Amino acid sequence: MKVKVLYFAGLREQVGSSSEELELPAGVSTLAGLRSHLVARGGVWQSALAETRLVRMAVNQQMAQAASAIRSGDEVAFFPPVTGG
Amino acid sequence: MKILVQREDFDVGAEIRALAGHARIGAVASFIGLVRDLNDGSAVATMTLEHYPGMTEKAIEGIVAQAKGRWEVLDCTVIHRFGELKPADQIVLVAVASGHRGDAFAACEFIMDYLKTRAPFWKKEQTPQGARWVEARATDDEAAGRWQRKEPGAA
Repeated sequence: MKVKVLYFAGLREQVGSSSEELELPAGVSTLAGLRSHLVARGGVWQSALAETRLVRMAVNQQMAQAASAIRSGDEVAFFPPVTGG
Repeated sequence: MKILVQREDFDVGAEIRALAGHARIGAVASFIGLVRDLNDGSAVATMTLEHYPGMTEKAIEGIVAQAKGRWEVLDCTVIHRFGELKPADQIVLVAVASGHRGDAFAACEFIMDYLKTRAPFWKKEQTPQGARWVEARATDDEAAGRWQRKEPGAA
């Protein structure tokens, strides 16, 4: 399945990408699975998205948890804790 | 209800006058957030706000809807800026109109506390030591958490 993945703020700068279309391998069906898939790229991906990093996630523009399901065509986003206001 | 995420500055007086337009409104509470020239011991030359177009507006709409479920909110305006700002520039306006001050104050503070911890904005400061992303503060999470312990409508 194909998803759109967005990166924001410090995380965007770390991975050097603001968005990508990604074809996911079978078996990747949750946010946690997608995150592991990206970490497996190694290098900046591993350091930016490692388990120990505080990363917030959204699916289709709604805050979501690691166990949240992702489906083909979804817009997924990874970003640091928010600091507006 | 008016929710705007914009690069441009806003006129607080005009926004409040636009809110207080009907006779059931007895109270308008407002909060304005500004850029400080000093943060965590460093001089701040400029601050750049990044957001998530689409999600940011939806998140604020959701927060305002929650406030309406808990207090009497007759009208409400939330304006949050993005882009490059300088010290003393306005960042955010939350203004809530209600029948009485209690609901106006509470809803205004709730919206601001939730906005700070749930709306996707990120601040980057330019300081003499270089550019840095502002870290999320535990005190902001605590401020938002206070509202979860209170029963809706409790004094």
